[in-house]
Amino acid sequence: MTEPANPTLWQGFAAVVKRDLLLAYKRPGDMLNPLFFFAMVSTLFPLAIGPAGDQLKLLGPGVVWVAALLSVLLSLNSMYLSDLEDGSLDQLILSPQPLPLIALGKTVAHWLVSGFPLVLVSPLIAITYQMPTETIGVMVVTLTLGTISLSLLGSVGAALTVGLNRGNALLSLLVLPLAMPVLIFGARTVALAAADDAVSAGVYFLAAYCMLALSFAPFAAAAALKISNE
Amino acid sequence: MFRHMWIFLHKLASPPHFYGLAAKMIPWFYVSGLLLIAYGTIAGLFYAPADYQQGDAFRIIYVHVPAAYLSMMAYSIMAISAGIGLIWRMKLAHAVAAAAAPLGAWFTFLALATGSIWGRPMWGTWWEWGDPRLTSELIMLFLYFGYMSLRAAIDETSKADKASAVLILVGAVNVPIIHFSVEWWSSLHQGPTLVREGGPAIETAMLYPLLGMILGFTLFFGALLLARVRAEVLHRERRSRWVRNLILGESA
Amino acid sequence: MTELLSAKNLTVFRGERCLFHDLSFALNAGESLLIQGANGSGKTTLLRAVAGLLDLEEGEIRWRGFSTLAHRQAFHGEMAWFAHSVGFKNDLTLLENLRFESGLRSTSMGRLSAVLDKLGLTSLTQLPFRALSAGQQRRVGLARMLLANAQLWLMDEPLTNLDTAGQDLVVNLITEHLQGGGACMLASHQAVGLNSDMQRIVLQ
Repeated sequence: MTEPANPTLWQGFAAVVKRDLLLAYKRPGDMLNPLFFFAMVSTLFPLAIGPAGDQLKLLGPGVVWVAALLSVLLSLNSMYLSDLEDGSLDQLILSPQPLPLIALGKTVAHWLVSGFPLVLVSPLIAITYQMPTETIGVMVVTLTLGTISLSLLGSVGAALTVGLNRGNALLSLLVLPLAMPVLIFGARTVALAAADDAVSAGVYFLAAYCMLALSFAPFAAAAALKISNE
Repeated sequence: MFRHMWIFLHKLASPPHFYGLAAKMIPWFYVSGLLLIAYGTIAGLFYAPADYQQGDAFRIIYVHVPAAYLSMMAYSIMAISAGIGLIWRMKLAHAVAAAAAPLGAWFTFLALATGSIWGRPMWGTWWEWGDPRLTSELIMLFLYFGYMSLRAAIDETSKADKASAVLILVGAVNVPIIHFSVEWWSSLHQGPTLVREGGPAIETAMLYPLLGMILGFTLFFGALLLARVRAEVLHRERRSRWVRNLILGESA
Repeated sequence: MTELLSAKNLTVFRGERCLFHDLSFALNAGESLLIQGANGSGKTTLLRAVAGLLDLEEGEIRWRGFSTLAHRQAFHGEMAWFAHSVGFKNDLTLLENLRFESGLRSTSMGRLSAVLDKLGLTSLTQLPFRALSAGQQRRVGLARMLLANAQLWLMDEPLTNLDTAGQDLVVNLITEHLQGGGACMLASHQAVGLNSDMQRIVLQ
C-alpha cells in the first residue's frame, strides 16, 4: 500500500460538510422541524394579537426575527450530540485535520440545513404580514447575514453543552444573551426599511458581526468541543 | 526585576500561600471599604445638595453607579482570570472566576433594582425599555446566569473551569458589542428624555461622596471576593495535605 | 531501534480520583504495549490521555521526540484510534462512512477498495451501518485503521464483539502492523493472543 497524500484542508472541510448534508438528507425531519416551527411561531402572533393589518405591519419584522432566532436555537442542540453519542467526535478530534476547520465545516452544514431554508421561506411569511416588496429584500439580506452569525455563535454554545443533562435549556440560556446584537440590528433594520429609512448602517453592522463570528467562533467551538469530550 | 515578579506571581498562585495572604488582606479591605462607604453615605445623603431637576431622588446614584460599575468590573475580572487559567493552566485563576460570578450577578441585580427605583419618580414607570443602560444591565444579568448555570451543569471541577472559561471569553468579546447595539437600538426610539447621571456640571459636593462610594464598594467587593476565593480554594484542595494540616492544627 | 512514543510521569485525575500517578513508558517501532487491569482501573483513560483526548494533570507525551501537545496535528496524522464506540454514522452506508474517512485523510479510492477487499467487506458496502452486525461494525473500524496508514495504533478493547475468526484477524493485522515497523498500544481485559514479548502495564 502506498503512503497517503498529505491531507489538504479543503478536502477535509468538504468531507465534513458533505457528510453532514448527507445525514440531513437521510433524516429530512431534522431539517423540516425548525422550518415548521418558524412558520408556526409566525402564525401565533396574528392569532394572539388580532388580525388588524396596521399592527401586524408594525410587528412583522420583529416577529420574523424572533421566530428565526428561536428556530435556529431549536436546531442547535443536535449539532454535536450524535457525534458524541456514536464516538464520531473522538475520531473528528483525532483526525489529522485542524479541529477549528472541522467545527467550521459542521457549522456551514448546519446553516445550509437550518438557516438557509428559513431565509428562503421568510418572504412568504413577510407577505402574510403585509410587508412591502422592498422591505422583503432587506429582510432576506439581514436574515442571511444574521442566521450565519447565529449558526456560528450557536456552534460554540452547542459545543459547550453537548452531552450535559438538560443541555437544551442551558444552550438557550447561553446563546440568547449573546445573540441580542444580531436580533436588535436584524429586526430594527427591517423595521427601518419598512419606514423608508436608511438601512445601510444595520446591514454593515450585521456583515461586520458575521465576519467577526466567522473568525472567532470556529476556534472557540473547537476548544469547547475538546473540553466537552474529555 | 522581571524574575522577582515572576517568582512573586508563582508564589501567589500556590493555594496555601494565597490562602494565608488573603486572610491577612481581608480585614484591611473590609475596614477601608466600610469607612469609605460610611463617608459616602453620610456625605451623599445629608450634605450633598439636592439636584435641581431630580430633587432628592438623584441620591440613589450613590448605590446605583458603584453597583453598575462593579457588575462590569466583576465580569472583566472573570474574563481576565479565565484567560490566565486557560493559557497558563493556573487553577487559582479559575477559582477566582468561579468565586466572582455570584458577586457580579448580585451587583448587577442591585444596579437593576436601584435603576428601576430611580426610574419610578423620573419616568413614572418601574421599567423603561428606552433606557439603554438598564437594558444592558439586564443582558449582563443573563450572561451571569448563563455562566453560573453552565458551571452548575458540569460535575467535574476542572472541566467546569475550562468550559466556563471559554464561555466567559466569548462573552467578553460580545459585551462591548451588546452595549453598542443596545445604545443604537434606544437611539432610534423616541422615548422620555433621560437625564444623564453626573454630567460635566456635577457639583463637587455631589461628586466626592460618589467617588468615595465607588472606591468603598470596590474595596468591599475585593474583601468579599477574597473571602469567597479562600473558601473556593479550601473546597478544591480539601484532599490535600496542607488543608488537613490546617484543620488538624486548628482543632488541636 | 527507533523510539516512537515516550511518556514521562503521567498523572491523570478523574474528578477526585487519581487513576494513575507518575506513569512512564516508551514504545519503539515494532513494539506493542498491553494495558491490563480491572474495569474502572483507568485503561481507557490512559489510552485517551495518550491520544490527546484528555488533559494530563502532569507529565508529558512525546512522539518521535516532539511533544504531542505542541505538535497535535502531526501526531494525529500518524495515529489511528480504535475505540469501543466505533464512531460511524448509523444512517450512512458503509461506503459513505469510509469515504468520509478517506476525505478527512485525503486517501485514494483505490486504497479504499483494497482495504475493503482485505477485510472481506466488499459485499456489504451499500448497507447502512446500522444494518451490520456488531462484529461487522468492528471490522469497519479496522478498515479505518488500515485506511489511515498510521504508525501508531491505539486500540481500546479490540477483541470484544468478535468471533474467533474476527479475533484472529485483529491479531494478524496487529502482527503485520508491527512487522511493518509500526507500534501498537492496546487496552484489554482479555489476554490478547499475540506473541509474548509484549510490554505490559497493569493498572490497579
